[in-house]
Amino acid sequence: MTQTSVPAYTAFKTARPDQWVKSVTGDWEIIVGMEVHAQVSAKSKLFSGASAAYGGDPNSHVAMVDAGMPGMLPVINKFVVEQAVKTGLGLGAKINLWSRFDRKNYFYPDLPQGYQISQYLYPIIGEGSLEVASEDGSMIMVGIERIHLEQDAGKSIHDLDPNSTYVDLNRSGCALMEIVSKPDIRSADEAANYFKNLRALVRYLETCDGNMDEGSMRADVNVSVRRPGGELGTRCEIKNVNSTKFVGMAVNYEARRQIEILEDGGTIDQETRLFDVKTGQTRTMRSKEDAHDYRYFPDPDLLPLILDEAWVENIRANLPELPAAMKARFQSQYGLSAYDADVLVADKDFAVFYEEVAKGRDAKIANSWMTVELFGWLNKNGKELSQSPISAAALGGLVGLITDGTINGKIAKDVFSKMIESGDEAAVIVDREGLKQTTDTGAIEASIDALMATNPEKVAEAREKPKMLGWWVGQVMKATGGKANPAIVNEILKGKLGIE
Amino acid sequence: MTNLTELNLHQALSGLAAGDFTSTELTQSYLNSIEAQNTNLNAYLVVTGDKALEMARASDARRAVGNVGALEGIPLGIKDLFCTKGVRTTAASKILGEFAPEYESSVTTNLWRDGAVMLGKLNLDEFAMGSSNETSAFGNVVNPWKRKGSNVALTPGGSSGGSAAAVAAHMCLGATATDTGGSIRQPAAFTGTVGIKPTYGRCSRYGIVAFASSLDQAGPIARNVKDSAIMLQSMMGHDVKDSTSLNVAVPDLVAAMANGVKGMKIGIPKEYRVDGMPEEIESLWQQGIAWLKGAGAEIVDISLPHTKYALPAYYIVAPAEASSNLARYDGMRFGARVDGNDLTDTYEKTRATGFGEEVKRRILIGTYVLSAGYYDAYYLRAQKVRARILEDFTNAWTKCDAILTPTAPSAAFGLGEKSDDPIKMYLNDVFTVTANLAGLPAISIPAALDVDGLPLGLQIIGKALDEETIYSVASVMEQAANFSARP
Repeated sequence: MTQTSVPAYTAFKTARPDQWVKSVTGDWEIIVGMEVHAQVSAKSKLFSGASAAYGGDPNSHVAMVDAGMPGMLPVINKFVVEQAVKTGLGLGAKINLWSRFDRKNYFYPDLPQGYQISQYLYPIIGEGSLEVASEDGSMIMVGIERIHLEQDAGKSIHDLDPNSTYVDLNRSGCALMEIVSKPDIRSADEAANYFKNLRALVRYLETCDGNMDEGSMRADVNVSVRRPGGELGTRCEIKNVNSTKFVGMAVNYEARRQIEILEDGGTIDQETRLFDVKTGQTRTMRSKEDAHDYRYFPDPDLLPLILDEAWVENIRANLPELPAAMKARFQSQYGLSAYDADVLVADKDFAVFYEEVAKGRDAKIANSWMTVELFGWLNKNGKELSQSPISAAALGGLVGLITDGTINGKIAKDVFSKMIESGDEAAVIVDREGLKQTTDTGAIEASIDALMATNPEKVAEAREKPKMLGWWVGQVMKATGGKANPAIVNEILKGKLGIE
Repeated sequence: MTNLTELNLHQALSGLAAGDFTSTELTQSYLNSIEAQNTNLNAYLVVTGDKALEMARASDARRAVGNVGALEGIPLGIKDLFCTKGVRTTAASKILGEFAPEYESSVTTNLWRDGAVMLGKLNLDEFAMGSSNETSAFGNVVNPWKRKGSNVALTPGGSSGGSAAAVAAHMCLGATATDTGGSIRQPAAFTGTVGIKPTYGRCSRYGIVAFASSLDQAGPIARNVKDSAIMLQSMMGHDVKDSTSLNVAVPDLVAAMANGVKGMKIGIPKEYRVDGMPEEIESLWQQGIAWLKGAGAEIVDISLPHTKYALPAYYIVAPAEASSNLARYDGMRFGARVDGNDLTDTYEKTRATGFGEEVKRRILIGTYVLSAGYYDAYYLRAQKVRARILEDFTNAWTKCDAILTPTAPSAAFGLGEKSDDPIKMYLNDVFTVTANLAGLPAISIPAALDVDGLPLGLQIIGKALDEETIYSVASVMEQAANFSARP
C-alpha cells in the first residue's frame, strides 16, 4: 500500500480530431477526469443523528461526535449507505460488499476530530460508467473509478471579524459521496455534460438534491494536455467548481493556460487551483510541495462495512426509472425525437412535468409548449421550472384545448400570456373571452367570399402564385379575430382559389 | 458505626440489604477515608462529596420502596478517563482544562442504573499513557503498599494507578479502570487487588476518552474476585453508541465462580519466561500451577511463539491510534488553549503546553509510523504481527481452556526509578499487551507477597467472550492463595 492518491491511469483513448485544440505549434488533446462531491440526501449525518438539513442557525445541527468531543464515537447511518448503493447501482457500478472507513488526518479548525472519516483503500462502490453526449452529438461512455463515502467538514467564516475566524459545524459530519471518474473526458463540453448527467442521475435516484447553490454538488476537475496520442502531461486539479457552465469554462481556460506554458517552453507544475467565477480563470491554490501527508489508516472506531447481497438486490429491484431508460421510453411512447427526449430527461423535474402535460394529449404539442413556450418564458424571466407560474396540470389544460381543436395555436399564445398574468386556467380564459376556435365552415366561407369580393386582384394573383395562400390565410384569420380553424381555412381557400 | 470501609463490596451489599446501615452512612465512611488518605496517596483528582451523598440518599430512597439494583448504594471511584456529566473530566491532562462533559459514559451510566454512587474521579497516567502513574499532569499516585522496613514511595502502577490505590487503601468499594496494554492488570498486581480487562467489545467505549481505540477496554478493579464479578456484570453490555460493542448477552459471572476447574486444561506458555524476571515471580507462577493442579485442572505446556513481537507491535499500534485520537485536543472547542500569532502557532503552543512529555512522545511515534514511506514498515507490519498473535492464541485454544502467566515482570517499583527510561517502563507491559492485541479477556489476582512484602499478581487469560472460565479459575486461585495481606 502506498500513501499517494494518484490513480493508475491506463488505457488512455485519444480524442477525436475535431476535439483537438489547434495551435501554432500543432494540435493538443485535453484529458479530463473529475471527482464530484455529492452530498447524500438524508435526514441525519453520516455518523451522527444530528440534522443534515441545509441552513439553520450556526452550530445548531451538531451532535457531540460532530464537534469531536472527547470519548464520542461514530455510528454509521444505514440510510446513507443505502443511498450510496443506490447511486452505485444507477451508474451500473460494482457494489463492494466489504468496504472500510479510514481516517484522513489533518488539522483545521473546521475539522473538529482532527481527521476526516473517509474510505481510502476500500470504497463502497467500484467501477461503473455514465453515458455522456459529446459536442458532435455522439454519445461517449465515461468510466466511473469508484464512489466512496466521507464526512463533510464544517465551515470557516473569515469575514465576520477582521481578527477572528468563526466556525459553523452544521456541515461537519454530513455525508458526502465522492464520485471519481476515470480520465475519459476529452473536452470542455464532455466535462460539462458529464457533470450535468451525473447531477440528473442523482436527482432521479433522490440520493443527492443536486442543489449547486447550497453546495450539494461540487466538482474537482483534473485537467492535463498532451499531443494527440502522445505522452501524458502533468495535471492540475481545479477545486470546488459548482456549476455545469463553470466546469466547461474551467476546462477550457485551464487547457489553454497549460498549452500556452508548454508552447513557451515551460513546464506544468502539479498543483491545486481555484476557478474564479468572476474572471473565468484558474489560479494557484497550493502547490504539490504544500501537499499534506494525511496518514490514512483504518478507523479503529468503526467495523468494516459489510453489506448483505440480498439487501443490495432489493435496492436494485426498486430503483426508479433512470434517464437513459426514460429517454428511450419518451421516444417510443411519445414519438419524440432523440433530441427532444434528451432535453426532457435532462432533469427529473422536466420529465415529471412533461408527463403530466402530455397525459392524454398530443405528446408533440405538449413538448413544444413546454420546451419552447414555457421554457422560453422562464429563461427570459430567469426562473426555474419549479418557479413556473403555470403548473403542469394548467399547461396540460391548454395543450388539451389545442389538441381537441377548441383553440388554435395562435389563440393559444394569447391564452398562455393571460394564464401567466391572471393565473387562471386556459379553459376559463377561453370561455370568458370567447376565444373558442370557429369550425363553422359556413361562417368561414362567408368571410372568404367577402374578402374575395373586395380583393379581386389578389384572387387573380393567388391563382398565378400559389404562395399567396399564406396572405389569404392571414386575411381570413384577421377577419375572424384569429378564431378560425386554420386547417379549415386552408381547405376552403384552396378550393375557392383553385390552388392545388 | 464501626468502620464500614472494612466491609468489601458484596458484604456491603448484604449489610445494606439487611438494613444494618444506609448507603448514606456507607458513602460518608468512604468520604472520610478519602479525606484521611488522599493527601498522601493522591488517588482522587476530584472528590464529588455532595454528589455522592445526594446519590446515596437517592439510593436509600429507592431501597426503601424495594427498588434495588445490583450495585444499590455502593460507593465507587471512577477513573478520570470516563466522561461524567457535569463533573470535570481531565484524563489527567492539562489540555482538557476545565472540561466538564455534557454527557455520561455508557459504562458509568450502567453503574448508576444499577444504583452505584460516585465518590469522585481517580488519577491516572495522562491519557492512560504510562505504567507508573507518573505521567499524570496532577502528580503521581502513591501506592499504599510499602516495602518492609522502608518508607520509599512506590508506584501503584499505571495507567489505572488511582483506581488501584483507592481500592487497595479502602477509599472506595471498587473502581472503574481501563486497560489498553495492561493498565488494569498491572496496577492490580502492584496493589494486591483484582483487575480484569474483559473481551474487547464487552464494555462500551462510548464516553471514555480514547487512547488507542482498537485496544482500549474498560473493566473494574476490586478487592476480590466476587466484587470484581459483580461490578463487571454491571459495566458490560451491548451499546448501539459504540460500533465495536458486541451484541451478546451478559454472562452470570458470580455463578461461574462456583464451577471449579476440575478437568479444565490450563496452558502455560513457555515464552512468558523473560530475562531478568525475579526468581520469586517464577516460583509464584509454579505455585499457581500447583494450586490449579491440586484443584483438578490439567496443566499443558503451550507455545505462543510471536509473544516477543507483541510489545514492539503494541508500541506502534497504540501510538498510531493515539496520534489520531488526540488530534481533537487543539484548543478550538474545549479545554485549554494558548493563543499564538496565527493558527499554526496557536496549535503548536496549545499542544506543546497542554500535553506532557510521554503523551508527546507517543504522538510523535504514532505520527511517524503512519507517515508516507514508513506506514508499510511499521504500522502495516505491526498489524500483521497482531494477526499472528491472535493466531497464536487460536492455536493455543485447541490445547487449553485458559492460560496462566505472571501479570508483571516485577513487583511495584519506586517512583522515579524508571521514569527516565521509557523502554524500561514499556517492558512492564510485556505479559499484558498480548491480551489487548488479541482482544482477549484477562484477569490479575493477588497471589502472594514478595520478599519485600509487596503483592505479586498472576494473570489468567481466557478465550474471547469466555469471562466465565476466567472467573471459575480465578475463584479457585483466590481460595488457594488466601491472600489477606493489607498495605
